[in-house]
Amino acid sequence: MTNEDILAKKERVYAQVQASLKKRYAAEARFKAIGLGAIALGLLFVSLLFIDIVSKGYSAFVQTHIQLEVYFDPAVIDPSGERNMAEIARADYRKLVRAPLREYFPDVTGRRDKRALYSILSSGAPYQLQQMVMEDPDLIGKTQQVWVIADDEIDMLIKGHVDREAPSSDRRVSDKMIAWVDVLDKKGLVETHFNTRLFTNGDSRDPELAGIGGAVSGSFFTLVVTLLLSFPIGVAAAVYLEEFAPKNKLTDLIEVNINNLAAVPSIVFGLLGLAMFINFFGLPRSAPLVGGLVLTLMTLPTIIIASRAALKSVPPSIREAALGVGASKMQTVTHHVLPLALPGMLTGTIIGMAQALGESAPLLMIGMVAFIVDIPGGPLDPSTVLPVQVYLWADSPERAFVERTSAAIMVLLAFLITMNTLAVVLRRRFERRW
Amino acid sequence: MDQDSAATGAVAQGADHRKELGAGFETVGQVRVAEPRMTTSGVNVFYGDKHAIKNVDLDIGQNEVISMIGPSGCGKSTYLRCLNRMNDTIDACRVTGEIKLDGQDIYDKKLDVVPLRARVGMVFQKPNPFPKSIYDNIAYGPRIHGLAANRAELDEIVETSLQKAGLWEEVKDRMEAPGTGLSGGQQQRLCIARTIAVSPEVILMDEPCSALDPIATAKIEELIDELRENFTIAIVTHSMQQAARVSQRTAYFHLGNLVEVGATTDIFTNPSHKLTEDYITGRFG
Repeated sequence: MTNEDILAKKERVYAQVQASLKKRYAAEARFKAIGLGAIALGLLFVSLLFIDIVSKGYSAFVQTHIQLEVYFDPAVIDPSGERNMAEIARADYRKLVRAPLREYFPDVTGRRDKRALYSILSSGAPYQLQQMVMEDPDLIGKTQQVWVIADDEIDMLIKGHVDREAPSSDRRVSDKMIAWVDVLDKKGLVETHFNTRLFTNGDSRDPELAGIGGAVSGSFFTLVVTLLLSFPIGVAAAVYLEEFAPKNKLTDLIEVNINNLAAVPSIVFGLLGLAMFINFFGLPRSAPLVGGLVLTLMTLPTIIIASRAALKSVPPSIREAALGVGASKMQTVTHHVLPLALPGMLTGTIIGMAQALGESAPLLMIGMVAFIVDIPGGPLDPSTVLPVQVYLWADSPERAFVERTSAAIMVLLAFLITMNTLAVVLRRRFERRW
Repeated sequence: MDQDSAATGAVAQGADHRKELGAGFETVGQVRVAEPRMTTSGVNVFYGDKHAIKNVDLDIGQNEVISMIGPSGCGKSTYLRCLNRMNDTIDACRVTGEIKLDGQDIYDKKLDVVPLRARVGMVFQKPNPFPKSIYDNIAYGPRIHGLAANRAELDEIVETSLQKAGLWEEVKDRMEAPGTGLSGGQQQRLCIARTIAVSPEVILMDEPCSALDPIATAKIEELIDELRENFTIAIVTHSMQQAARVSQRTAYFHLGNLVEVGATTDIFTNPSHKLTEDYITGRFG
């Protein structure tokens, strides 16, 4: 080839490369656009989900109260005058609640109308007064302004969920009741206060009295049991499989099975829990202890797999250095490998716990779906968990439960986001330390 | 010889180095010494089916530095790792033959490998300090072996080891700093200090300077010379100049066989076996 030929070839090749550049960059731009589009689509749906839930749920954080001038009539509460607590507890506080209403609306007569009038207050209003007197018996004989809980239908009315245009018979709240409430409202006797009962009370048939306190406690005890069992067992299993197990077919079999267990539908673990823990071992039904045991079985594969990955990532040079100084296998693992692998293990555990917090199917099987009013005091008391509570409330017909379901979902999401964020933060903080 | 036949002669000889030596090969030179610290007889190492070390007999004398040289893959590191049973950590590895430390067979089933590794220490190619403080790096060995009764004794061991390793002046003010924060050469000296903290009898060094710059290398070679007073050192090295500088005896390995062993000056000025000569003069490897 002459010099001219070589140069000409170079020019041709250069021109070809230039021509193809446009296509290459175009393809890259397309790929980038698709990627960004996918992310945008995902973010859009997540935003829609959040907007939907928050818009439905934020109103549940306030509850309508009606101010009544309550006279704590000693004739009703403590007729004998002995201040006997048992007697005081049994008094008929409904009378005390109804009296101020009659005073506000003296022209309401007839049994039906009176019943309707009384129904603007919650059925829990008398118990509210009972609590006040039990805590402070000096109230007997005094008159006080009390903010009493309103009925859930009135709550819905105040929050604007009732269609005033629809015919009266189609509504749960009749025209008369609306008129009474409007009168009270104009007088400034109707207010919405922060709904502390949502967080402190257990479940209830009345939405205005229902709270997630029981469910949160149940979730808490269940998660504590799960954590206390799954972390040590998972870490020990991972350490054994990674460091000590001989490399033979049995170990391979165990590995395959653990990986498969991570993909088993969670409800199967519930069936196992029902058969083994409740029927065979006779543990109490609906208890967080059994829930925790079932969730441990479910979370173990996640923790084992994450822990093994963390152990594998410790460089072999550290192990060799420890062995070279005369450390035994056990000392090498506990003094050197485990501390370096611990952050990864923690991340895996937190993610496993977040998964367990959101599980409902396996817990349904072991009975944590019952209607339980009391807040559990320990892992052996019957209880329910937050996701199951959401499911139960979603099933209830009262309109007020719609907003409360969404509020419960918001609380659950807040916990999950916190836990996952914690996992990410931990992972970042402990990344490369050597 | 004229140029052509010299070239063919060289090529013909060079071609030999890819061929394995026969089964009955006998090492050239003095394998045995008068008062050995360690003796190895008939050592064979198999990685699965691969025969990595073939029937090696070699003695390691008291307070001497013996260097092991040879081309890549000849088995020097494998042989070295037999001496403190580090090959136990490799599943597919099988070691046969007899290796004795002060007359005791180290592969005896009744012998605990943990104290063995305290008596035969190892320094690795890439410095690998623990991700702990400098103090804890040195103190770890004595702690687990129970060599110090209290904190004062431990402090003393740490200081002595760092002084022997020539690192004390540089780190005495920052003992709590992480060991991984030191420079490469300092890290390697830290690893040497860590090894001598447990008062071993033999120190095995697997290419300790290959990851270091020339100045750090010089410091370590100086250190090896000083350590010779109290320890026996076996060093694997790729650099023949280093072997010539630091060692008294040199062993040349080739494809798993111990080809020749002898005084360092003899090996490098007047090797007996052809393969040794070819390697040293740079015809291959």
